Amino acid sequence: MILIKCPYCGERDQSEFSNGGEAHVIRPKNPESLSDKDWGEYVFYRNNPKGIFYERWVHSHGCKKWFNAVRNTSTDQILRVYKVNEKRPDLSDFKNTLKSPSGEPLVGSGNFAVKK
Amino acid sequence: MKKKYSITSLIKNSLSDNENWGKMWRNPNPKKHYDVIIVGGGGHGLGTAYYLAKHHGIKNIAVIEKGWLGSGNTGRNTTIIRSNYLWDESANLYDHAVKLWENLSEDLNYNMMFSQRGVLNLAHNEHDIKEIKRRVSANRLNGLDTMWLDKNEVKDLVPIMNTDNLRYPVLGAAYQPRGGVARHDAVAWGYAMRADELGVDIIQNCEVKGIKTDNYKVEGVETTKGFIKSSKIGVVASGHTSVLAATAGVRLPLQSRPLQALVSEPIKPVINTVVMSNAVHAYVSQSDKGELVIGAGTDGYNSFTQRGGYDVIEETVRAIVELYPIFGKMKMLRQWGGIVDICPDASPIISKCDVEGLYFNCGWGTGGFKATPGSANVFAHTIAKDEPHKINAPFALSRFSDGRLIDEHGAAAVAH
Repeated sequence: MILIKCPYCGERDQSEFSNGGEAHVIRPKNPESLSDKDWGEYVFYRNNPKGIFYERWVHSHGCKKWFNAVRNTSTDQILRVYKVNEKRPDLSDFKNTLKSPSGEPLVGSGNFAVKK
Repeated sequence: MKKKYSITSLIKNSLSDNENWGKMWRNPNPKKHYDVIIVGGGGHGLGTAYYLAKHHGIKNIAVIEKGWLGSGNTGRNTTIIRSNYLWDESANLYDHAVKLWENLSEDLNYNMMFSQRGVLNLAHNEHDIKEIKRRVSANRLNGLDTMWLDKNEVKDLVPIMNTDNLRYPVLGAAYQPRGGVARHDAVAWGYAMRADELGVDIIQNCEVKGIKTDNYKVEGVETTKGFIKSSKIGVVASGHTSVLAATAGVRLPLQSRPLQALVSEPIKPVINTVVMSNAVHAYVSQSDKGELVIGAGTDGYNSFTQRGGYDVIEETVRAIVELYPIFGKMKMLRQWGGIVDICPDASPIISKCDVEGLYFNCGWGTGGFKATPGSANVFAHTIAKDEPHKINAPFALSRFSDGRLIDEHGAAAVAH
């Protein structure tokens, strides 16, 4: 069980929150011109990194507001919490702040953001 | 040398204090090149190597495992086997596995402790009844042995169950007598031993760090024991599949989450079948040692921590205690978590991909153990022939672009 600091209510138990999956997924502006593959990508494919993950949470048993968080999925450590209208923190902000238990790279090798 | 297990070998070895059984498989150093490399030494991976060697005549195979054999989800599941899935595609796949389970001990000459003690899926409200009866009918059309039991029949099978005096009363259940449990370690060990006899190199404590590709074609794997060349690579790494796929530039529709289970202190036999309830989220069986084996749910967020949150166990135990009041004062011995890779439609992916020579067997989510022999069997076919077996053809990666999903959220034991 982890503690999450809601930007509106403060630190609460994770069971008060619901996870909304990956953050910053943008709905394509031109669905009709997308191929089935590209549309499938938008609907079904999400990043699944072992390492730094940008995700959405909603304080369902509290203020019911959505917000974003940056979490290390290999340790469950929450590194940053920010409101939805705030800028996405840069990946480089989190360098050298993490230690993965299995000695893997700080940023999971599955993190596509790294490759871009 | 082929290892035979029989009553005579048991007696013979007992006379020498069981000290001369010998090693079950070799511990070779990796060669420079293999015809096929399987990444992941769990039941599915080792089984794939076994069927590749046995049915498809490929002998130059390596199974590469990061830890020890069966140290991932093969050793972490609740060992339940059944095939009562709703859709035709799934019923075919999972029943293919059940049929192989039925002869696996003989096939491998290794005791799987496969016990067809039956599986119950409880209904707790009107909607459950309709949904489960629909599934029973679909199963029967597919030739499966599922049947509907009313409350009294359930009570006869499991007398310790509290059917009436609880928040969600038990109104009936689906019952599959051919379902049951098996010894999970034995699956990995049995396949490993027989694959090793057929010449498969099982390389333990060797982590695959990345899959090397060139122009959409696999070249080999980078490991902690150096680079190993191969033109065919099968990835069977469950929760870590998307991490490995990413090193080859492949994206998969998977999300990795911890799934927990727990066992109690051992008690005398009280429950001789497997009881699952999707609605109140409790499933339980009793191991041969007498421990209750209880499956909890997945955490509500992605994680690779192999722990899981305590609130998830609490929810399951609450339901267990209400359904079986006599368990109220029992102590739990151990709790653990494994990382499962969940697909959007709760069905697996057994498929080729855009990279030539790269195959995936993943997305089993919370229910991969039951399918081990079937999955390994059709995956071996897919790798050897470079085209899917007719059983796993519907489980291709392409279903996430053509929309032919196989939605099995209702048949999964754990809601996710």
